[in-house]
Amino acid sequence: MTNDPKISIRKLYKIFGADPKSMLPHVHAGMGKPELLDSYNHVLGLQDINVDMQAGEITVIMGLSGSGKSTLIRHLNRLIEPTSGEVIVDGENVLDYTEDQLRRLRREKMSMVFQKFALLPHRTVLQNAGMPRRVRGEDEGSAETNGRTWLSRVGLDGYEDHYPHQLSGGMQQRVGIARALAAASDIMLMDEAFSALDPLIRTDMQDLLLELQKELHKTIVFITHDLDEALKLADHLVILKDGFVVQQGEPQDILLNPNDPYIEDFVSDINRARVLRVRSVMSPLNGETEFAGVVDVNDNLEKLIQMSGGDTTHNFKVQQDGTDVGILHMKALVRALVPAQSSDRGSIR
Amino acid sequence: MATYDWLFSALGLQDWCSENKTDAPMTMAQLLARSGQKGAESGAEAPAVSFWDTPFPSLDELNRSCDAVARTRDMTSWVEQLFLAVKNPLKVVLDPITQPLSWALDGSLWLFQTVPWFVVIPLLLIGVWFATRSIGLIVFVAVSFMFMAFIDHYVPAIQTLSIIFVCTGFSVFLGVPIGILMSRSNALQRFALPVLDMLQTLPTFVYLIPLIFLFSVTESKLYGIAIILYAVVPVIRLTDLGIRLVDQDVIEAADAYGMTDRQKLWGVQIPLAMPNIMAGVNQTIMMSLAMVVIASLVSAPGLGVLVLRGIRNLELGVGLVSGFGIVLLAILLDRVTKASLGRINVTHKR
Repeated sequence: MTNDPKISIRKLYKIFGADPKSMLPHVHAGMGKPELLDSYNHVLGLQDINVDMQAGEITVIMGLSGSGKSTLIRHLNRLIEPTSGEVIVDGENVLDYTEDQLRRLRREKMSMVFQKFALLPHRTVLQNAGMPRRVRGEDEGSAETNGRTWLSRVGLDGYEDHYPHQLSGGMQQRVGIARALAAASDIMLMDEAFSALDPLIRTDMQDLLLELQKELHKTIVFITHDLDEALKLADHLVILKDGFVVQQGEPQDILLNPNDPYIEDFVSDINRARVLRVRSVMSPLNGETEFAGVVDVNDNLEKLIQMSGGDTTHNFKVQQDGTDVGILHMKALVRALVPAQSSDRGSIR
Repeated sequence: MATYDWLFSALGLQDWCSENKTDAPMTMAQLLARSGQKGAESGAEAPAVSFWDTPFPSLDELNRSCDAVARTRDMTSWVEQLFLAVKNPLKVVLDPITQPLSWALDGSLWLFQTVPWFVVIPLLLIGVWFATRSIGLIVFVAVSFMFMAFIDHYVPAIQTLSIIFVCTGFSVFLGVPIGILMSRSNALQRFALPVLDMLQTLPTFVYLIPLIFLFSVTESKLYGIAIILYAVVPVIRLTDLGIRLVDQDVIEAADAYGMTDRQKLWGVQIPLAMPNIMAGVNQTIMMSLAMVVIASLVSAPGLGVLVLRGIRNLELGVGLVSGFGIVLLAILLDRVTKASLGRINVTHKR
């Protein structure tokens, strides 16, 4: 992570109310959300957000409703103006942009997928997918060719002439994704893109997104309130609570070392064996030679439990691209399956 | 002498009253009072007014105590003077602006009456077909027009229809842009809503009074303006409402993909507001029909003239039959616009 981040959010504050600027000193002085609401009737939306998002990664911003995650993502393309702070994209501060520059950013650099799909109801699926190109002023023909390509890429061949209301929710969101991809932007903002879908369709869409990402390497900012979804997609996980970042980092790391009771609550409910990977619980090589088997660093723990048949006395050799990188003790694995509590957090590693 | 003498003496204004004595002509009441008192002693005191009959201190009542106070009829005449004073400059501005309305009304009346009935009726039916694609409605319109032609009401009916077409056209042409501007600016909306309320609640006859002074009764724009002022309100209101009601998520998506305001207006807001705008047009047509009858008082031709004749000459049958003709026109205009509105709604369903 030494290279420059694609998107970098610096000291971002957002206060809602009649005179947000004048509230900044109070917030800098440490006034919290409830006090600000009580004494000045202003709502503290976001406070002191600092996040770096690397090119080609999926950054997931997770939080419950009201945590400010949708507000945060709208600051990236300035659908919402911040009260103070910087949003740096490719080295340029978006907040200094003129209207024209901002329009160019939205047309060419950032596309967006919405929770409620937000397709144009009076346009066909194909016209919707061609919309970003048409907005840029490209002719109908090239917009349609491009739209058709992406519709077929998300599995909507044959639906080009349907209207959005004739499609199911999952299919509508595929149109939404095709529309975002048709913009050929480096950055995709996904605002709770799959939250409105049924669980099974949601899994399909997550797989679709990961598959597309393997090929396209976009910088994706994904908002969700669902931890399973966050852990499945995230390269970098940011957890928001009441408008501030509680913890951010690699998802495995957050899972093993939650630094806040709020996150502990979050992570206590998930299937850890499926989410945690060997690399997160292995220990360094120590000259041991007896192994029950060989596993890959990116295998999840569920697979290991299956391999060992539940026997906790075994050790496994961990390999990455064919070279040995560590040992996995089954005992450590079992310990890692128990959610960390603040009191015994040290004992896990 | 009069009830409020004490007020002026208490304020020490008697001198002012007598100094500024206005030599206004005598009112009819005074004249009658004087002739009634003929023979009686001129300086006789008026009988004491009982407490229960104390009059409200109105202008006329105060004038009886103090001649310097103007009477109510002076006040109305001032209003009249004021209006007459602004009339000419206003006319210099309004006359050229509104002239196209006269041309359009006269042209359309001429056109509808010159083209023979066996061309106009099929053309209307073709128009209905394109708007509604409904065989039933075409039959209904055809039968209605044949019936009116059969009872010799074809010419007034087609005159009424022609006026409605022109006035609705102008209303849409003016109302939709105003509605769009209102939807974009809360300040303008706050200013415009009371004006629209006033236009809608003002008794329809009241429109005619200033217009008669501004334009000559022979000009067709006189009734054109009256109709448009009354009928433009719903299309403005519903355009404003329609655009404000467009799904905010869709607007946000349009913004997120960098649409300009113009692209957003034509590509998203107007198409999505179309059902509401069309509902406004339907209301506008209905209101022009209502006003076109009253406008016959100021020389608007059409079925309204016959209704007026029925009232003036107590020709009951003429009034009722032409009234029925108006109802028939109203029903078919309403059905046709509703049916075309329904077609728009289908493609816009969410």
